[in-house]
This record gives sequence, structure tokens and C-alpha cells, in this order.
Amino acid sequence: MSQYLLSTYAVEGEVRGAPGTPKEMGAFMERVAALEAEMEASGTFVFGGALHGPDAATVVGVGDGDLVMTDGPFVEAKEHIAGFYIINADDLDAALAWAGKVVDAINHPIEVRPFRATGRVEA
Amino acid sequence: MTPAVAAHGEATGVERVFREVSGQAVATLIRIFGDITLAEDAVQEAFVVASDRWRSDGIPPNPAGWIVTTARNRAIDDLRRSARGRGLHEQLGAVATTSQGPCTEEWGEDGPVRDDQLRLIFTCCHPALRTEHHVALTLRLLGGLSVDEVARSFLVSEPAMAKRLVRAKYKIKAAKIPYRVPEEPDLPERLRSVLSVLYLIYNTGLDGPERAPLRSEAIRLARALVELMPDEPEAAGLLALMMLSESRVPARTAEGALVLLRDQDRAKWDRTMIEEGHAIVRACIRRGQPGPFQLQAAIQAVHCDADSFEATDWPQIVALYDHLFSVMPTPVVALNRAIAIAEIKGPSAALTTLDTIAPDLDNYHLIHAARGTMLRRMGRRDAAQAAFERAAHLAATEAERRFLAQQLEELA
Repeated sequence: MSQYLLSTYAVEGEVRGAPGTPKEMGAFMERVAALEAEMEASGTFVFGGALHGPDAATVVGVGDGDLVMTDGPFVEAKEHIAGFYIINADDLDAALAWAGKVVDAINHPIEVRPFRATGRVEA
Repeated sequence: MTPAVAAHGEATGVERVFREVSGQAVATLIRIFGDITLAEDAVQEAFVVASDRWRSDGIPPNPAGWIVTTARNRAIDDLRRSARGRGLHEQLGAVATTSQGPCTEEWGEDGPVRDDQLRLIFTCCHPALRTEHHVALTLRLLGGLSVDEVARSFLVSEPAMAKRLVRAKYKIKAAKIPYRVPEEPDLPERLRSVLSVLYLIYNTGLDGPERAPLRSEAIRLARALVELMPDEPEAAGLLALMMLSESRVPARTAEGALVLLRDQDRAKWDRTMIEEGHAIVRACIRRGQPGPFQLQAAIQAVHCDADSFEATDWPQIVALYDHLFSVMPTPVVALNRAIAIAEIKGPSAALTTLDTIAPDLDNYHLIHAARGTMLRRMGRRDAAQAAFERAAHLAATEAERRFLAQQLEELA
């Protein structure tokens, strides 16, 4: 069993295809809840969620042996990760099938990236 | 000249056998070891052993089996020696104990070994990889071409192609692109991707004499695919399309310039290939499950059936293009349909159709060449010249540039 990161990106703070009206938001939440229940039931779901924007980020580094805090994201870019799932999948085809379901639910492109086999993660 | 290069020219028996069994051997080794680079290296080592032994002892009755067994034993020896392979070697205990003898139980002409190649071609043409990776992996792993040969076929340097292959193999391994034949409902789309890659390889082989080996490789792989998937009529359609196109290659160029179908010496066409292509097309028609490759093959079959350009059954060709356009509504299909229409309704009707699709194909030389031909037939010399000049500017191959230069000379 391998683990994959399914991530979704916001461009300049906007997630294209995101629900606009309260009614759309309700339908969106229902689709996401149903998908996560399906992931959970099949042993696919490891962790996931939506992130606050890059303005809420802090970078922690080291300088002269002391921790140094910097306000803002690590990369100043137009695109930032808006949310992600970490899933269990046998191989890329299985991960891509789940990514397809996520795309259907959130109406936004998903990047699929395999985890390296380090620490607790199996390859 | 390296042995691999010689194989394309005056191939010796041993080298020809290497080319034929390479794809099978690599595919089987990948199944056993689950590692593409390890499989490639082991097969390469087995070829080195074989080129010594076979030249003195002769080629064994089952050369592919000999290569697989030798490569497997080599790989196991290498894994035993290397620290990095210890973990993998432990997992392979079962394999190691069954590796004696040239023909073990899992080696057979038709059994799982044939399926190995099928699995591998679907891995190589996986949609998570780029088209340029599909082509490079297919030629390297299934076609048995050297990295240098693949590089030269696509006009890139050997280090650049080596890097491309490393990148593609890294992704297959890291992302765990599966090594298996996809199941319904994914199979039709995945098979289309495989067939497109083979057709792209074939067409690249038409670009110039130095790329000719790509055509025979594409035909060989298509033939293998038809044997492996006899229930897929589109695979047969692709094979027929390639055979019928290949049959006309001897008449397709003269003194380095492209010769149009209209002007080709039909006596130079290869009748044996045409007969085989026709037989496949007839079998496809009987099955009654037409698809884009079968329809393109049927169009070529009608062309190959005619004793002269004038004797061509143009209404049949246009009807087949109509059908093709209904399943594959691309501007290029519309272009070819318009060219056929000229033979029934005249150049003016064809030009009207061409002008409606021209905006979509403005950077494609063939639309301008087709417009030039129609305009010339209508007596509009200046407009024809402008169209041929634009075509010559965009043309992809030397043979096409020479052909277009001839057209411009004739107009001047």
C-alpha cells in the first residue's frame, strides 16, 4: 500500500469552481462529506482538509543557532495549496481514480503526488 | 558502428534475434524483478553473453527463453553481490530457487510471457506520462532500440534522451504506475493511447530515410498487439492502416521529393502488403465495429485498390471520410475529406470547404498545400503561389519542402 497526496491549489486566493451561493455551498459540502465517508469506509482516508490562506502562514528557520520567524509563506507565488487529502492506494491507477472523484466533488483540478518511503510511510 | 546501429543496417542473424526478443525479455524481467532499469541492465548483460556464445554455438531454438533465463540468473547474481539489492534479493528467494535450466515452467510461447509485453506497453503509454515519454519508453523497452537510436529518431542529443528516459522511469517507479493491462471501463481509452503512440512512431518513420527503422518497429509492435488482443478491431485497423501506407512507400518519394498519390508509379506499390492490408480491412468490416483506425485503413484500402488515380472510387472515399468525421471530428479529418471532395465536385467546392477549416489549421503546412493545389487548378496563380509559399515555410520534412519548391517552380 502506498500513500499519495491529493492537493488542490488556489490561484491568487481564488479556488476556481468554488461554490458562490449558500445553496451551492450546501451542495458542495454534501458532496465532500459523502466522498470523505466513502474514503473512510474503504480505508483510503488518512488525513485531509482545507487550509487557511498564505497570509496566515509563518516560516520558521534557523539563524546563528536561534529560531527565526518570518511572517508569510515559504514561496511568494500566485498559487498556494488550498487543501489536501492524504490517501492510501495500491498504485497510481487507484490514486487517480480517487483523484477523479475528488475533482467531481470540488470541481477543481487535483495534483496527485506519491509519498517517498521514509519514516512510517510504506512505498 | 555499434551492434545496435548495425542491426538497422546489415543486421546479422544474432543482432536481428536480439531486436526481436529484446522487448519480450525486458517485459518478463520487469515482471520478475519489478524494476525497469534492473531488467534493462540484465537483458543487456545476457546479450553480451549471447553474442559470444551464439556466434560459436549457433542460435538456440528458443532464443527469447535463453535470454530471459540468462538475464534472470545474472540479475540474481548481481543482487546477491550488491548491498543495495539485499532486501530485494530476500524477497526473491522463491525466484532464485527456480532459476535453473533454460526453460522453466513459467516460460512458454503464449502464456504469461506474452502478456508481459502487453502489460509493459500499457505502462509505457500510461496517461500520467507525457506523449514524448510514451514514445521514448515504447521504443526503448519494447522496441529494443538503443538510447542513441531513439535520440536520433527524434533529433535530440543522446544525453537529452537518456535524461528523458530516466525521468519517465523515475515517475513509473515513484508514483507506482501499474504493470498490468487495464480493465473495463478504462481499457478502450487506454488502448487508444497505445495505438496512437504506435501510429505516431510509424508516422515519424515517414519523415526521412534515417527514420525508416521506426516504421518497421511500429509495424512489428502493432502486429504483436493484434496477436495479444485479437478481440480489439481497432488494433487490427491500425495494423492494416500501417501496412497499406507502407505498401506505397517505394513510390512516395522521387529524388528526395514527395510524390503525390495522383502522380505515384503504382507498379512500385508492394502488392503483398496491400493484400494483407485488404484482408485485415475485410475482416474488420465483417465484425462491424468500426472505429477511427479501421475507417482510415478502409480509406487507404480503397486507394490501394485503384489501378489509377482517376479510377479511384471517390464517392466511396468521401463516404468513408464522412463516417470518420462523425467519430473523429478533427480539422485534419475535415481537411482530408475536402481534398477527396475536389475529385467529385471540383476544386472550387473543395476550396470553399478548405477555407472554412483554414483558421483552425493555420500553422499546418498541408492545409496551405491543399489550398495551393485547388487554387492552381482554378487558374488563380498568384493566390496559389502565396499558399504554396506559406506551406513551404511551415513544412516539417525535407521531402515536403522539395515537393513544394517544385510546385513553386512550375508556377513561376
